[in-house]
Amino acid sequence: MSGWFVVRRLLQVVPTVFGIVLVAFLLIHIAPGDPVLALAGEHGDAEYYAFMRERFGLDQSLPQQLATYFLRVAGGDLGHSYVHGRSTVSVIVERMPATLLLTGTALGLAVVAAVPLGALAARRPHGARDVTISGIALVVYSTPIFWIGQITLLIVSLWLGVLPVQGMTAAGSTATGAARALDVMRHLALPVLVLASQEIVVLFRLTRTGLIDELGRDHIRTARAKGVSERIVLLRHALPRALLPAITVIGARAGHLVAGAVIVEVVFGWPGIGRLLLGALQTRDSPVLLGLFMVVAFAVVVANLVADLVHASVDPRVSLR
Amino acid sequence: MPGGAIGLTLTGAAVVTAILAPALTTIDPFALSGPVLGAPSAQHLMGTDALGRDLFSGVVHGTRTSLLVATAVTLLTFVCGTGVGLVAGYRGGLLDDLLMRATELFQVLPRFFLVIVAIALFGPGIDRIVVILGLTSWPVLARVVRGEIIAMRDLAFVRAAEAAGASRMRIVGRELLPNVMPSVVVLLCLLFAQVLLVEASLGFLGLGDPNVLSWGLLAGQAQGFLRVAWWLAFFPGLAIMMTVLGVNLLADALSMPGTRGGARET
Repeated sequence: MSGWFVVRRLLQVVPTVFGIVLVAFLLIHIAPGDPVLALAGEHGDAEYYAFMRERFGLDQSLPQQLATYFLRVAGGDLGHSYVHGRSTVSVIVERMPATLLLTGTALGLAVVAAVPLGALAARRPHGARDVTISGIALVVYSTPIFWIGQITLLIVSLWLGVLPVQGMTAAGSTATGAARALDVMRHLALPVLVLASQEIVVLFRLTRTGLIDELGRDHIRTARAKGVSERIVLLRHALPRALLPAITVIGARAGHLVAGAVIVEVVFGWPGIGRLLLGALQTRDSPVLLGLFMVVAFAVVVANLVADLVHASVDPRVSLR
Repeated sequence: MPGGAIGLTLTGAAVVTAILAPALTTIDPFALSGPVLGAPSAQHLMGTDALGRDLFSGVVHGTRTSLLVATAVTLLTFVCGTGVGLVAGYRGGLLDDLLMRATELFQVLPRFFLVIVAIALFGPGIDRIVVILGLTSWPVLARVVRGEIIAMRDLAFVRAAEAAGASRMRIVGRELLPNVMPSVVVLLCLLFAQVLLVEASLGFLGLGDPNVLSWGLLAGQAQGFLRVAWWLAFFPGLAIMMTVLGVNLLADALSMPGTRGGARET
């Protein structure tokens, strides 16, 4: 990976981040009503609003306000939630670990499950096994994630009664250490499965198309001709190259993944940013929603950046483009 | 192509349901017309909710909202995406650079969260859902159209039209646009399916218009009654799945087998 590429790619982040802040700023000012309501929430008193007006320079001209807002955001100030009585950032950061645990585990599971499925299907394209797996994949791809959640919850938890239905730990549990970890894992199983299902499908389709493409190439024919076993051809010669696009796609889907997590958290009562978002909607706590939008947008930018750098480090052709 | 036929049937069924909604069910979906939380029966094919409202009627009328939102977003995306792609691809140069930077920005904006913020600030309503989803969905289409135009703009038939003195408008409209339409149609189909899912998710979180029935709204209301009334969650979700599956199958059948497998991932 050339240093040039890294620098160029890092510089691309600047206008994007500025664009995101600009979108948030425009939303605040186009919205009907006083902009201070969007930045400070609806339930404050006059003194508090005066303080927030001062803080975000709302009595200045619009360009000045934009500059103030940009500096505030750059300093990590995304607004103040009156409902929580704290800065928006601290409210969001507090909920992050639960969501990261959910999305991280789901993404890991998706990669582990999707690659073998893709290899299985790509072995004989349009054969019985491929048609079955691809068919199921298309159905899952077409199903709203909340419905997968609701149906799974109905069958596994309510009728079979094998796994807990709601929350992150058993109600009133004071367990610590290993007992707590086990409790969290039992609660995590269903939400992770449901969230992973969508990612599995996307990564499966990608692996399958990539492998079918790759297995038809000359270098594979050469490898087979010189007597390399089919297993090695698949694992060493075809798969690494077929999986390259998956890196970019995983990065590009970061926003989808978090949006999916929000829905799954609502279905399973998982205490992450999804529950926070639902609460903020009910109390009309717009600073929190605005903060969530920006945090997720920045996270997507970082995910894309990391994906591109990883892609460039394993595939030298990328940084030459 | 059995997949395409199934797709056409499922999509057709949804469209017909949306058009004929008032004729298909005579029960007012908002009227308290049956027992509270009644299981599916001959009178109430999909059962009734906690207020005794008929779910079948709700699902039938909800079809209209879902298809309307998806159609409007698709049209808006078609105009923005194809427009940007044609201009950027044909004109090239600085304009192309600027438009592509804008495309990159719109591509990273998490549209789900953007819609939520907009609804929180502007109040609930279907129009803002359509505008935001439309304004954030065009980048993929624009990139594909641009790529195809760049590959095409130096080909003999375009050169011939230029030599014959055809105006830029005519070349873009009569020579280039018809040639990108096959990919555009496939992408718009996939987008239509995606918008159905996003709209349902927003409804599920209670972000749609509370006075307009939609599949997502019904599914969201079911969440509190999972233990006692499985039908409330089952049927709205089933309706969404069948319709989205239909549109996806249609998109698969429209694309050349094997060449556009990656289109849905973008």
